[in-house]
Amino acid sequence: MAELLTDDLATEIMTVNIGPHHPATHGVLRLIVDLEGEVVRDLKPVIGYVHTGIEKSCEDKSYWKVIPFVERMDYVSYFFQMEAYCGAVERLVGLEIPPRAKYLRTIFLELNRIHSHLVWLGTTALDLGAISMLWYCFRERDRILDLFEMATGQRMHTRYFQVGGVIEDIPLGFEAKLREFIAEMPVRVAQYQALLDRNEVFLQRTKGVGIVSRERLLELGVTGPLLRAAGEPWDLRKTFDYLAYPEMDFQIPVGTVGDNYDRYRVRVAEMVESTRIVEQALDLMEEGPFIADDRKYVLPPRSELSTSMESLIHHFKLVTEGFRVDPGEVYYAIESPRGELGCFVLADGSSKPSRVHFRDPSFVNLQAFRDMAFGTYIADMICSLGMLDPILGGVDR
Amino acid sequence: MPDAPGLELIRGEIERDCPGAVLATSFDRAQPALVVDAEQILAVLTWLRDTPGQHYRFLSSLHVADYLPATPRFGVHYELLNRDRVERIRVKAMLADPAGDALPEIDSCVELFPTAEFQEREAFDFFGIVFRGHPDMTRILLPDDYVGWPQRRDFPIGGEPVTFTYNERNYG
Repeated sequence: MAELLTDDLATEIMTVNIGPHHPATHGVLRLIVDLEGEVVRDLKPVIGYVHTGIEKSCEDKSYWKVIPFVERMDYVSYFFQMEAYCGAVERLVGLEIPPRAKYLRTIFLELNRIHSHLVWLGTTALDLGAISMLWYCFRERDRILDLFEMATGQRMHTRYFQVGGVIEDIPLGFEAKLREFIAEMPVRVAQYQALLDRNEVFLQRTKGVGIVSRERLLELGVTGPLLRAAGEPWDLRKTFDYLAYPEMDFQIPVGTVGDNYDRYRVRVAEMVESTRIVEQALDLMEEGPFIADDRKYVLPPRSELSTSMESLIHHFKLVTEGFRVDPGEVYYAIESPRGELGCFVLADGSSKPSRVHFRDPSFVNLQAFRDMAFGTYIADMICSLGMLDPILGGVDR
Repeated sequence: MPDAPGLELIRGEIERDCPGAVLATSFDRAQPALVVDAEQILAVLTWLRDTPGQHYRFLSSLHVADYLPATPRFGVHYELLNRDRVERIRVKAMLADPAGDALPEIDSCVELFPTAEFQEREAFDFFGIVFRGHPDMTRILLPDDYVGWPQRRDFPIGGEPVTFTYNERNYG
């Protein structure tokens, strides 16, 4: 055997196809990898396997009917898609949302952020062999889904946010259940950390792996926890003024090295910060309307339909044709669990958007994958892909 | 965001360094936008990126909108971000639809903003806009053998033939 391992053989490059149906690619992602032995020498992601033309379909729907479509792009952070779209339309029509709606939206966004990070942590730890993490993370994730179901009637794809606010107030008993959850969540996060932080296998697999400098990340347009793990404290919740975030007291966790371990630490710390935001929003939230009182854009309350002709007309107009939006275009970006989620809406004066475009963070961040995996072992490439946390529904749209 | 006078100041400064590059400005819904000559797009982007005091160094998003029936028809949008001052500015390059099968063309900004690589491919994929100088100008989400530019406004919804026709063939 020894004479077979000559230099020629050792440097032979082998091209391997991974995916699109591979459990470690976290969705329908195909990778064409050039390997030298076990070392990744080049890599090309091939995407588009779950492209469903959502952006095109949105052009055929009136503004309020677009909401359930956009939710299904990044199917793990559906509240964020709704907020990006509804926020963009609100800016187009110049609609202010009432304070209670701001807090409610903030609460559900942050719950969704915890939910998204839990799915990430469970599946990524699973890639590294930590099978029990999946069960623990999905146990807490299920409690979040229970909360979603209680408030909105759906566990996923809730269609809770409306142009102008939210569709319904939270039900009785929700607040108590939510407070119970956010009191418990930091304890659970500490348990995850106890399982992973001093786990020799986990540390060896993540520390010093997949380092990309922050200058390079910025060039590649990477945002979110990946950028923060490289030491750049950039978070749209702090920098731009939207929803109730300016009033919230929370911190932006950042890493130092920018390796996979920092990415893990940043996301886990973000879960704790999110529980703080939810708690403050619950404390600050006061009784009041949960949706704007503008009958041109917002459905009238159900009770008015049997007594007021005006309301019935508005209801009929809104449900059949939808509201019209004056020509104009808006780009509205929020901080999703994966980075900057931007929504561009172009209105042409009709009741249907003429263009809806999502700047999906997974799509843009995926460009950094080659840099993360270059020169590492193929097993570390799988780890880096998990730490990148792409949602292929968002990548392909 | 630069306010309306700030936007005019930026326009004036660009005008000094690259005459004729900025065709118009708009300040619609408090979002500043520069409409620029598509031939000089790289000069304007470089200016916004590198000029001291501007430093719009982060390209948030690159996307295309089809303004049919307006002419010129396509708008390539660059959402730039200055992370120090936390200001966004939109740069729009309008492209006319050339007659026949020819595709509209614009210079690629991948050299300036490597993040544009995927997003320019996406724009090519859906609108058929060719970015000159892009390292790999191929379709990204649709199959390589796909014919047509599906997000153009004159591409009908339902214009995609259904390939799974088992029921239609046997029972239709």
